[in-house]
Amino acid sequence: MLYSDKVLDHFSNPRNVGEIADADGIGEVGNAKCGDIMKMYLKIHGGVIEDVRFKTFGCGAAIATSSMATELIKGKPIEEALGLTNQAVVEALDGLPAVKVHCSVLAEQAIKSAISDYYRRQGIDPEPIVGKIEDCEACHDLEA
Amino acid sequence: MDKRFVYADNAATTHVSSEVLEAMLPFLQNEYGNPSSIYALGRRAQKAVEEARAKVAAAIGAKKGEIFFTSGGSEADNWAVKGTLARLAPKGKNHVVTSVFEHHALLHTVEHSGCPCTYVPVDSKGLVDPAQVRAAIRPDTAIVSIMFANNEIGTIQPIEEIAAVCREAGVLFHTDAVQAAGNVEIDVERMGIDMLSLSGHKIHAPKGVGALYCKRRCLPQNLIDGGGQEGGHRAGTENTAGIVGFGRAIELAAAGIPEKVRQVSRLRDQLISGLTQVEASRLNGDPVKRLCGNVNISFEGVEGESLLLMLDNRGICASSGSACTSGSLDPSHVLLAIGLSHEVAHGSLRLSISEETTEEDVAYILENVPPIVERLRAMSPLWERLQKN
Repeated sequence: MLYSDKVLDHFSNPRNVGEIADADGIGEVGNAKCGDIMKMYLKIHGGVIEDVRFKTFGCGAAIATSSMATELIKGKPIEEALGLTNQAVVEALDGLPAVKVHCSVLAEQAIKSAISDYYRRQGIDPEPIVGKIEDCEACHDLEA
Repeated sequence: MDKRFVYADNAATTHVSSEVLEAMLPFLQNEYGNPSSIYALGRRAQKAVEEARAKVAAAIGAKKGEIFFTSGGSEADNWAVKGTLARLAPKGKNHVVTSVFEHHALLHTVEHSGCPCTYVPVDSKGLVDPAQVRAAIRPDTAIVSIMFANNEIGTIQPIEEIAAVCREAGVLFHTDAVQAAGNVEIDVERMGIDMLSLSGHKIHAPKGVGALYCKRRCLPQNLIDGGGQEGGHRAGTENTAGIVGFGRAIELAAAGIPEKVRQVSRLRDQLISGLTQVEASRLNGDPVKRLCGNVNISFEGVEGESLLLMLDNRGICASSGSACTSGSLDPSHVLLAIGLSHEVAHGSLRLSISEETTEEDVAYILENVPPIVERLRAMSPLWERLQKN
């Protein structure tokens, strides 16, 4: 398993770890059976993500993608955060081994899930804005 | 304690020892003859191969003519199963009995053969019940294959009893002894073993050499055809240096077993008692019937690969049964076989120590693992959930 230096850096010194007590949106994706759970906390003010924290149970890539994803959306408007793709996370980490790409998908979904929660708390149906958050394909394979 | 390098993954592989390297060196350079060649250079190589064969035979209580060198343990397993099925299928015997927690060299071989197979379960401590092996044997059973000692949880199986059950039923018994060799006394004659797989690199020989022990009456069909090497049973120019190294390594390993078991099991038990003090941890596998160097612990709420990477940052080499280290989404089949949930199996740590492991190494591991587990738990939503329940 060859991880890039950036993955190892974000794994060893993850940015934005923790919780936000008065979060405006919380999202959780993945499951323990697969071995990955990501939980994201957002603090949103004026449509901008002012702060973001995460907690992750998972492998090195799961922790590194969570860390990188939080860095990429911190201080950004919601619309920009929604535009973050898993591919962008992978590129920012200088690549991921093929078997670990699903971790970056989880990171993208964790952000979307937290933003959906934010909209729901505002009384807004998130689905037209955020879209449907699909389960990870790999998890489907496991249950099949 | 200052950062140090601690190699605790001897079940994965070992370094070549200086005695072994010394024995090998001439055959990498000046003594390069082909053992099949007629001139003195070739004859000397052949003599060295035959001396190594005698050493391997002596280490496991076999006869010299019952040892066949291979490229390693996986080839020996493949050959034993595929070659036996090829030999006996025309006689109407193509059923295999094995256990659910064998090495993949065995499980995938059986799977790909397409032959009917009965998988004997293991109990929660990781032990096979000989009575269940007996119950699984059918009139069309060609071979029973149960590993001597498990590679992940280190449990040592009741091999003599299983062999007796097979002998009574008139079925061939093969065992993968790759992890057992050098750790457990093996006497194929007394134990009633028909076939046995060995690997060099787990006992300080180089990678790429191993052997299949096989009674002459049950030689499997060839897996590798070609020249007449290994009595015409395994073709390919001999890996002379590797074979010589393997002979020297197994000679040293077999002679050192009682001392190794005494010394290493004491350190193993220190690790087990220290690590099981961590909250929500458990020892996997029988505490007593286990290899002297094997420690396998699950820590709830953490994931194994993360644990390994953090240990690596502290200079400790270990392995895990987590899915992420296997490149699939399923955690270790061994840990699932002894009844662990997926969640708990993901958080397993295997340390395999050796006669080279020191008290300081053990203290260093015990100093480093608990805070790493704590750090990972602090960022684990699964741990948070477990705490709430």
